[in-house]
Amino acid sequence: MSQFFLRRFLLFLPVLFGITFVTFALARLLPGDPCLIALGERATEEQCNAFRERFGLNDPILVQFFRYVGDIAHGDFGESIRNKRPVMDIVLERLPMTIEVTIGAMIFSTFFGILLGLISALRRNTAVDVVTMMGANIGVSMPVFWLGLMLAYVFALALKDTPFWIPPSGRLSSGVTIPPLTETFHWKQMGGPLGMIVTFASNMVTFNALITGNFKVLRDALWHLVLPCIAVGTIPLSIIARMTRSSLLEVLGLDYVRTARAKGLRERVVVLKHAFRNAMLPIVTVVGLSVGGLLSGAVLTETVFALPGVGTQLVSAILARDYPVVQAFTVVIAIIFVLVNLAVDMSYSYLDPRIRLQ
Amino acid sequence: MSTSTVPLKLEPVATVVSRTPFQNALRRFTRHRSAQVGMAILGFLILVAIFAPVLAPYDPIKPIREAKRRSPPCVHVLGCASDKPQYVFGIDSNQRDLLSRIIYGSRLSLEIGVSTVSFAIIIGVILGAVSGYVGGWTDNIIMRFMDVLLAFPSLLLAIAIVAVLGPGLINALIAIAFVSIPVYARLMRASVLQVKDQDFVSASRALGSSPIGILVSHVLPNALTPLIVQATLGIASAILDAAALSFLGLGAPPPTPEWGLMLGEERNSVFNAPYLVFIPGIAIMLTVLAFNLLGDGLRDALDPRQVNVK
Repeated sequence: MSQFFLRRFLLFLPVLFGITFVTFALARLLPGDPCLIALGERATEEQCNAFRERFGLNDPILVQFFRYVGDIAHGDFGESIRNKRPVMDIVLERLPMTIEVTIGAMIFSTFFGILLGLISALRRNTAVDVVTMMGANIGVSMPVFWLGLMLAYVFALALKDTPFWIPPSGRLSSGVTIPPLTETFHWKQMGGPLGMIVTFASNMVTFNALITGNFKVLRDALWHLVLPCIAVGTIPLSIIARMTRSSLLEVLGLDYVRTARAKGLRERVVVLKHAFRNAMLPIVTVVGLSVGGLLSGAVLTETVFALPGVGTQLVSAILARDYPVVQAFTVVIAIIFVLVNLAVDMSYSYLDPRIRLQ
Repeated sequence: MSTSTVPLKLEPVATVVSRTPFQNALRRFTRHRSAQVGMAILGFLILVAIFAPVLAPYDPIKPIREAKRRSPPCVHVLGCASDKPQYVFGIDSNQRDLLSRIIYGSRLSLEIGVSTVSFAIIIGVILGAVSGYVGGWTDNIIMRFMDVLLAFPSLLLAIAIVAVLGPGLINALIAIAFVSIPVYARLMRASVLQVKDQDFVSASRALGSSPIGILVSHVLPNALTPLIVQATLGIASAILDAAALSFLGLGAPPPTPEWGLMLGEERNSVFNAPYLVFIPGIAIMLTVLAFNLLGDGLRDALDPRQVNVK
């Protein structure tokens, strides 16, 4: 078992290396002199030399690459060109919001996707099935940001003054704030990896509110997450529903399901215990793969719902040519995506013990 | 015992029609429900794109001086006063006729989808073929690089590439094409590996065919089916990704009549002029839906396991 995990983990390391290499290479391909980009067109030759010396741009390219990898391993992504802050601070400030939307959308899409897929498979070729599958087809074809705008219009304007009103923008209602964890628990300011984790957890409003028992803020934060999560989750929901349906239909036709029925088990037991468990593997794969779509979806929809996440920051960084910020977000999100798929890979061995033995 | 003779009636036996695999696939495809819907939508879009200059009532880029900003749709048949000028989808925030922009946008969307996917297929097929045919280290290096590209969420990698190249429609298209190469490379490599060691390929090689000749006459036909299906679905996602980049302001620059850009420009009008946001979104959705349905239909039609035609 542990050998299986170790092997999977070792396969993950070259991918990690590749991700950092690609983003590093992209930064080197940036047109123009990095010095002029950072210091502006009026930088003198002396200033540029000092700049190159300071950031090690005169070193051989391989030395630069390994230094870059080493810095990332220490959580150091350099300094933002635009606002002269450590990029890691910006990541810790912005990433939690995106993760919250992603997790929320993932829960939404997985739960309803599996539910709709189950219903479709069991009521095959009925009106429910046809409507669900048509909806799924439309769902995968919608632009996320458009769905977000439409949801905002319907729930914030058309349903105004009804109990179904849902806030269309922002992370919390105005006037609602939550103190950082260090303040709530009277901890000292921490540095290093622990400090980063604490900052990250503090900025993840729902998590912060949950562990500090601040349910008023929690409710407010969740309320603001409803529309973004529905918008981001709809495409994966459609994909998961389709996959659940086809995977379950395939399993339901197999001999052991007939045996289970023949020995008189209740339909519910046959479907949920015998068929569904074996249909899980492709469903879990699709859920894992959809994390990439969820993360990109979150980045896109944040701009629609005015959420202070990666999306808004990323776009303004690109327009300002603040490449260290773009690079950091790309690396971090790719690593999250790969890690989730590593977890999915490992969960196979739990779902299907035969895989472990291979 | 009397035996009654029953006149023997011969029912005409159903005539066996022999069809080629291609005819079979075509038959399955044209009878496939989603393929029919997809074809219908796509046919409509192609017609709109071709006849855009004839169909569009106004210039898609020039503002209409006398029109009021964000004025709602006005269709005479639907009760709009006949002395007012007719704007079927309304006027956008820059005094342009939305209908004309949507019509011209169909050209751009189809071009974007087809051009990015063609580019990605050409590069992907070459890389996959070389990788599969040559094998060894070349294969390892190419495929590991493809794996790394697949490790990024595709839209995000496209955004990062646009960050390097600079915003703009062509750069956005290059970025989208680049991130979709790995899928085609993998497909092609798998097909090459499948047929590489088969007898007919060895025979062809023994007869003196060059690797490129073998590739074109033996490998490509075998790889065509998955490539066509993937390409159709790829066009759908390329259109969505291009719209997303333009929406963020990283793709087509204003005043290009690009649907994603139109959504991005009008996003703040959603509460007071929702039609300006609603209609471009529907246009994107229909186009993407058409390619998705077509892809599903093609997959079912070209699947050799489905030999029986109902």
